[in-house]
Amino acid sequence: MRNKWIAAPYVGWMAVFVVAPLIVVLVYALTREAPDGSWYLTAENFAGMAGYAAVFARSFLLAGIATVVCILLGYPMAYFLSRERGRLRSMATMLIMLPMWMNFLLRTYSWVFLLERNGFFNTLLSSIGLPKLDIINTSGAVVLGMVYNFLPFMVLPIFSVITKIDNRVIEAAQDLGAGSFQVFRRVIFPLSLPGVLSGVTMVFIPSVSTFVISRLLGGGKSLLLGDLIEMQFLGAAYNPHLGSAISLVMMVIVLVCMGIMNRFGEGEGEAVLL
Amino acid sequence: MKKNGILSRLFLALVFLFLYAPILVLIVFSFNDSKSNAVWGGFTLDWYVQLLNNRTVLEALQTTLLVSVLATAIATVAGTAAAIGFSSMKRRPRNACLTVNSIPMTNADIITGVSMMLLFVFAGQALADFSGWLNTTAWAESANLWFDFGFDMGFLTLLIAHVTFDIPYVIVAVLPKLRQLDPNLAEAALDLGATRWTAFRKVVLPELMPGIVNGLLIAFTMSIDDFVISYFTAGSQVSTLSMYVYAQVRRRVSPEINALSTLMFVAVLLLLVVINLRQARQEQRRKRQALRT
Repeated sequence: MRNKWIAAPYVGWMAVFVVAPLIVVLVYALTREAPDGSWYLTAENFAGMAGYAAVFARSFLLAGIATVVCILLGYPMAYFLSRERGRLRSMATMLIMLPMWMNFLLRTYSWVFLLERNGFFNTLLSSIGLPKLDIINTSGAVVLGMVYNFLPFMVLPIFSVITKIDNRVIEAAQDLGAGSFQVFRRVIFPLSLPGVLSGVTMVFIPSVSTFVISRLLGGGKSLLLGDLIEMQFLGAAYNPHLGSAISLVMMVIVLVCMGIMNRFGEGEGEAVLL
Repeated sequence: MKKNGILSRLFLALVFLFLYAPILVLIVFSFNDSKSNAVWGGFTLDWYVQLLNNRTVLEALQTTLLVSVLATAIATVAGTAAAIGFSSMKRRPRNACLTVNSIPMTNADIITGVSMMLLFVFAGQALADFSGWLNTTAWAESANLWFDFGFDMGFLTLLIAHVTFDIPYVIVAVLPKLRQLDPNLAEAALDLGATRWTAFRKVVLPELMPGIVNGLLIAFTMSIDDFVISYFTAGSQVSTLSMYVYAQVRRRVSPEINALSTLMFVAVLLLLVVINLRQARQEQRRKRQALRT
């Protein structure tokens, strides 16, 4: 069955709904609206960006921390799950995906009840005689929200890569005298790196651009890039031209980061979700 | 590989607890006889009753389900067709197409949402201007026609956005199956007198099916869990469940929402259990048959 014309409608669709919107963003980013309603070409939008350097730095820092925590939690989880036999292993993907079926906002919001001053977590702490912690409305809570929401995107690709490793490769290493730590370090870990790389992409990008998590768990105190962009389009600071410019800069930085990272991973950039 | 020790089991249990704790809280407090989500005030089913009488929530639920089902159906068909088309292309155009195809998957949701919103606003304005110009032309006046092509964002733009971000996942799920496909199979069917359509339906499609189902499931999950893209492309008239919750969160979320999410969670859980049981039974049957022969 070879018929390349069957893709023609979708190629047209992509041109209109994927490429054209990005061109519109570019046009907005390079223009401003004059008081009389006409548009003029300008670089003002980018010149004003320096004032938001702190927001850029905070977003990339928090998203970076969240990504590292996701690796630290997600890698062992994927590895241990792949070592399980029977039921747990065959249901692992399902168990990790299941929370995603519950509304993302609600899941995030219910952390408020867990972390509040008089919430579940603090009640637990004070019942064993420890002082209460103010977690909610801090940057820590925002990172926690990111880790919670995007951890599945780290575990799934790693798990799928590890389970696909040929068992004979591991047996060969064992036959050649490698201990279990050496097998992990010299065989399993290098082979699982493509999964880690796609996990990093899938955690970092939504983290750096979120506005929901910072709004819900950060109490709107620590402004992130997502908040900044959202405000320019649907919020109080309505200015789609500036918003487009910020989006564009964020997109370019993220693409450059991912490009560098994938170069390290010898070009294994294909996303593996399942 | 070695089996897991007690420590790694404990680690797994803790991470799963982390993933499920907020969901447990939601479920428990959907039965709470108090407006608060922190203090237990006794058991009640009131929130479930109130949920059934809340028109806004039910409408939002309807929109969410409708847009997810429609978008998934369209994306599954269009994505499968596109994947077949892509795999028949030469290397260069195929790589170009695949790169563009991966944009909605790798781009941040907020950028996809914002860029589509700008396009819709721009197109709506351009079409409105165009119909205004048409109306001033002599022939429109003489023919007594009145044009109005302008549009606002609403259900249709929401659906377009969902289809756009669903299709790439279907394509990525179907392509590996196409790569594994033996081209001789379809040729054989054609040689045996099948029409192209029959050969596709009876030979190629069953081979692709696991990939298509996979793509369908991912697309549906993405659609139903999406908030950001919907938020920017649905306009002010239409509201999905996530958008309703987001509007509520600024005040305090009513426990009715807890009740609704509990119901949805139970529905999904039941569905998955049924699927799992069916798979287990099929496997057993296969094993028994293998033993008999």
